[in-house]
Amino acid sequence: MALFDYTIKQLEEKLQNKEITIEDLVNESYSRIKEVDGDVQAFLTLDEERALSQAKQLDAATEQSGKLFGIPAGIKDNIVTKGLRTTCASRFLDNFHDPLYDATVTEKLNNENAVAIGKLNMDEFAMGSSNENSGYTPTRNPWNTDYVPGGSSGGSAAAVAAGEVLFALGSDTGGSIRQPAAFCGVVGLKPTYGRVSRFGLVAFASSLDQIGPITRNVEDNARVLEVISGLDPMDSTSADVEVPAYTEELTGDVKGLKIAVPKEYLAEGVDPEVKETIISALKVYESLGATWEEVSLPHSKYAVATYYLLSSSEASANLARFDGVRYGVRSENADNMIDMFKKSRSEGFGEEVKRRIMLGTFALSSGYYDAYYKKAQKVRTLIKQDFEKIFAEYDVVIGPTTPTPAFKVGEKTADPLTMYANDILTIPVNLAGVPGISVPCGFSENGLPIGLQIIGKHFAEGTVYRAAHAFEQATDHHTKRPQLGGAR
Amino acid sequence: MTAISKEQVKHVAHLARLDVSEEEAEMLTEQLSSIINYAEQLNELDTDGVEPTTHVLDLKNVLRKDEPKDWITQEEALKNAPDKADGQFKVPSILE
Repeated sequence: MALFDYTIKQLEEKLQNKEITIEDLVNESYSRIKEVDGDVQAFLTLDEERALSQAKQLDAATEQSGKLFGIPAGIKDNIVTKGLRTTCASRFLDNFHDPLYDATVTEKLNNENAVAIGKLNMDEFAMGSSNENSGYTPTRNPWNTDYVPGGSSGGSAAAVAAGEVLFALGSDTGGSIRQPAAFCGVVGLKPTYGRVSRFGLVAFASSLDQIGPITRNVEDNARVLEVISGLDPMDSTSADVEVPAYTEELTGDVKGLKIAVPKEYLAEGVDPEVKETIISALKVYESLGATWEEVSLPHSKYAVATYYLLSSSEASANLARFDGVRYGVRSENADNMIDMFKKSRSEGFGEEVKRRIMLGTFALSSGYYDAYYKKAQKVRTLIKQDFEKIFAEYDVVIGPTTPTPAFKVGEKTADPLTMYANDILTIPVNLAGVPGISVPCGFSENGLPIGLQIIGKHFAEGTVYRAAHAFEQATDHHTKRPQLGGAR
Repeated sequence: MTAISKEQVKHVAHLARLDVSEEEAEMLTEQLSSIINYAEQLNELDTDGVEPTTHVLDLKNVLRKDEPKDWITQEEALKNAPDKADGQFKVPSILE
């Protein structure tokens, strides 16, 4: 068994028993990165020296301390890391070598003595579903490098699937943790809005963005969430709700669990292979003593339009800060200030980012605000109420994470709407602010992973984890590894 | 039907502080029109009397005490700036 096939808890024991050192773990990360990252392209920035010196320091400590003591982690590149280059995969931030502070989540990982291996590739400013919008090289799917890893946290999911790190942090605005987790065959959770502080997460759509963990199994995921959750005075939208011990929820017992399966999630447009796999998963739940019924989330079909209006509007305001004055790359070709703003932004931003800023600016502009932005906010209320009605009677909602398995690189880049439609099953969860997880539940005929999505009530991550863990323990999908450079 | 004209696209680009070439303006007119047309489906729904959602949790006016705290120094604030002079950010002239 390779080192990263163990859980964090098992590695903790091995460290305690002096079977391994933290230097071994960091070396495992870097040797795997050297072996496969030329093909996968999951990392944008690495700092081996910094990671090794931290490992040596921790190995020399007289006692282990911290829930993530010595565990190699990857961090999505839109999460600020003090002194470690942070680009959001945008050419605009190509020279942002020296962030001045740590995001709250980064600080929390540091406090628990995790070892940061490097910064992970993504769609530029988290706008995309395939990693093809990276301002650098797009990440590839470790299961088959002709295919996309999903996005926008494609680097995070691919790095975990390829065994380059034990866990990664991603961010999810419309599916950006769950969709790549599904495409790469790993576990990814988007927490309840407000569960995790957004301080130091470079804002895309502030009313939707959440940071969450990507791991190889549910237990590790729950453990990382325990670390990064909680009220933060630096983020006034973080929730003052106690953080439970999520790992203690993993009892394996789902007897009597009431599952709702929205018919819209198995409707036309969902690949028959995916549908079949989800039905098999529901049978696993039946055999464990849970029950399921078909329900309706009638406003699901409006989620994509609602999301693109709201998220682009918020993005157009959030990305106004990139003006070439205080940080980032400034155009050399401008002769006055307004011209400098325009040229710096136009040269620094990629096509998709510009398109969304344009859409958002239009939706917020005078004469169109009520027709588009406010209308979308009202439909958001209807989508949220759909979930409230279902959760009055059921414990969890279950369906596929994505309508299809991973698609080929270049397959969906021609038309933005084709790419957007890919997020139809994940977007409603962000609009309602509820938590959702993707866990591996099978493979397509051509060997690509399929993800099962489990959605819970606000702050019911414990129930979501319990349901995900029971399924995982009853199946063996999560133990399969991509054969890239020899499985590891 | 185009939901947005090329002139509107150029105006919106100016508001968004983006420089678009003639070619880009044409492409954006087409793409934004198709996205806006797609979004028109929201008009199928009667939303009279529905409250807009701005925030999913029941939070109101989270305030903190107004106390001065140490944050970053002037020198640090200028560290990542593309251009600076005499402890300040330097920009091109505002007047043409």
